[in-house]
Amino acid sequence: MSVSYKVGTVKSKQSPNVNTQPKAPVVKGVKTTGKKKDEEEGIDTADGEEWMQGKTLVKPPDQLDLTEEELKEEITRVLTANNPNAPQNVVRYSFKEGCYKTIVFVDQMAIHFELEGNLVHKESDEGRRLMAKHTEREDCGGDERLENVPIKPGKREQKVTNQFNFIDRASQTLNNLPREISCQTEPPPRANFSATANQWEIYDFYVEELQRREKSKEKQESQFPNKEEDRSKKKMIQAEAQSDDISQLAKPAEIIERMVNQNIFDEVAQDFMYFEDAADEFRGEKGTLLPLWKFQYDKAKGLSVTALCWNHIYSDLFAVGLGSYEFTQQERGMLLFYTLKNPSFPEFIFNTDSGVMCVDIHEQLSYLVAVGLYDGCVSVYDLRKKSDQPMYNSIASSGKHTGAVWQVKWQKDDLDSNHNFFSVSTDGRVVSWTLVKHEIVFTDIIKLPPVDKVPDDLKNVVATAGTSLDFHKQKDHHFLVGTEAGKIHKGSKYYSSKFLEMYDAHFMTVSCVRWNPFHPNVFISCGWDWMVKIWDHTINSPVFTFELKSSVTDVAWSPHSSTVFAAVTADGKVHVFDLSINKYEALCQQKVVSKKTRLLHIEFNPVHPIIIVGDDRGRVISLKLSPNLRKKPKEKKGQELPKGPEVEIAKMEQLLSSLR
Amino acid sequence: MTTLTEERVCINRDRTERMAETGDGKKEDADYKRLQSFPLIRHTDMPEEMRVETMELCVTACEKFASNNESAAKMIKESMDKKFGSSWHVVIGEGFGFEVTHEVRNLLYMFFGGSLAVCVWKCS
Repeated sequence: MSVSYKVGTVKSKQSPNVNTQPKAPVVKGVKTTGKKKDEEEGIDTADGEEWMQGKTLVKPPDQLDLTEEELKEEITRVLTANNPNAPQNVVRYSFKEGCYKTIVFVDQMAIHFELEGNLVHKESDEGRRLMAKHTEREDCGGDERLENVPIKPGKREQKVTNQFNFIDRASQTLNNLPREISCQTEPPPRANFSATANQWEIYDFYVEELQRREKSKEKQESQFPNKEEDRSKKKMIQAEAQSDDISQLAKPAEIIERMVNQNIFDEVAQDFMYFEDAADEFRGEKGTLLPLWKFQYDKAKGLSVTALCWNHIYSDLFAVGLGSYEFTQQERGMLLFYTLKNPSFPEFIFNTDSGVMCVDIHEQLSYLVAVGLYDGCVSVYDLRKKSDQPMYNSIASSGKHTGAVWQVKWQKDDLDSNHNFFSVSTDGRVVSWTLVKHEIVFTDIIKLPPVDKVPDDLKNVVATAGTSLDFHKQKDHHFLVGTEAGKIHKGSKYYSSKFLEMYDAHFMTVSCVRWNPFHPNVFISCGWDWMVKIWDHTINSPVFTFELKSSVTDVAWSPHSSTVFAAVTADGKVHVFDLSINKYEALCQQKVVSKKTRLLHIEFNPVHPIIIVGDDRGRVISLKLSPNLRKKPKEKKGQELPKGPEVEIAKMEQLLSSLR
Repeated sequence: MTTLTEERVCINRDRTERMAETGDGKKEDADYKRLQSFPLIRHTDMPEEMRVETMELCVTACEKFASNNESAAKMIKESMDKKFGSSWHVVIGEGFGFEVTHEVRNLLYMFFGGSLAVCVWKCS
């Protein structure tokens, strides 16, 4: 063993006895003795003597025997850093000088012990790797696989499914059943066409065409209005193009409106057509009136119905004149046309400046409507035109009435085939109006005779107001006029100065007078004195008299039977009579409006068994006659049921003869 | 649906005879020919636009295939099929009679070139 010495010289003051080179078989005791000696010298003598007593000096056999002089020799020991084992005479060949040279500086390091450690710096690569491995091993727990060293931490979550944790399960939702829908559209319409194509046909056609073109060229050259034609044509085209947009909708919209109305009033329509009151069999003679549609117009609320007229050609269309009977409440008037197919809204609406008092629709030309107004004007409207203005209007200069016109009636076309109509008014004149081209021309027919009560000198001034006018159905020239004084005058168109007859009919105003549609001699009148009277025009006194409990505002004959008539009174009741069944009583007395509403007019429909009544609130109500009210006479067994107007006449005649 | 009877009248012979009558006759004929070669609609119930288009198409076709009626008819028929829908029928000729069933508002019968008649109709 070699011991490394520190560099430096240590001078030892020790006695030469102490050997520098330790020998193996050094007896302990010798050393101890040696040391003891040192210790003796160092330590105070007091203790040293005690130690010294027990021991004796022993010489080892191989100790050097040195003389005293040699023993006292001071030997210096020098501690150097030189490696004693390092060679001191290393020689190297130097190629530069070409000889061997001794190397002075020799490596003096002597390695005594080497041990490789296993500590790794934690910042180095290997250190980091080991750290990662370490933490992984801690996480994995029991699974230590040295082969999985390069595993990254992100893939830890990959779970492999196994049979025991996961099961496949499937289910089928409900499949909707397939449905077949098929549809067949209408094929486009087809038409046949045939012709022949020959040379001569072609030739002829070309020749014609050329001729036509020449003619048109001539026309163009000669006529100036060519430009106007173009312009009007252009306008036409423009108007058509415009009207294409909206007016094409008008017709379908109208149809839809009617359909909707029909749906809404479906029950009413069914009743109108089919309902026959079965209870009539048990009622004996009496009948009832079934209310059907109500016709109302918002803007007409303040006005009273002053006139009703059915259209003879379109049996579902009727005219309603609206105005006011009050002298103080004169504002405006309206003329409305309703159809049974559309009870919600009128078909035609005409506004007039003053109240409409009477309306009449021409029998053949159902678009011509004559209207008499409260201010004395008469107008004629043409329903074909879209405008709101009447076709003809009588103005002050053309001899209009100075009082309200109470009745207008169309007449047959005169000899010049001009349309004409008659009117009667408060000023006592019966005037005939003729439509000549664009004008209306009046002709005074007759003036009503003055009332007896009027003093003589005023007879020319104070007029007798005529309130009602009716012409005989067969003998056109006969007509009846009812007056405010309660008289009925029978006149003729051929006599312009005097009336043929006068009947003392009522105590108060005659509100309506009408000829019987079948029997030529019979007419009916009603007045505000609560009476309805039936007359034979040959007799001065009435044939039948009925008292209804309130002032009678209108009466009408049924177009189906000569003995049936209906009257309306101011207390809101409709009275229906059939003289062939009951000569004294009404078959039906029914209140159709609420209290305080007066019924003002009544009209029978020429075709259907319904009547319309107008009240003073601007409403028109349609009612259906129950079977009892429109009975035909019972036929005897075996006999054919006779029909026709003759039967009706005969019926009436029977009645009359029974009274005479 | 269609019954076609084509009459092959010997028009050319008649015409030449007429022309042989007078020299003026020749000129007249020629004049008339010129005057009468514009397309002239004999009968139609087509709407305005369709009519104009079809007429122009027929004129184009007939001018292009002046000697071959079949190709002209083919061209017209194919164009009409493309433009207005399938199943058009076209007959071009100088002498024939016909009776056809056509879809309403889809028939055109016109003359062209003084001697040619064209009938176009749709029926599927």
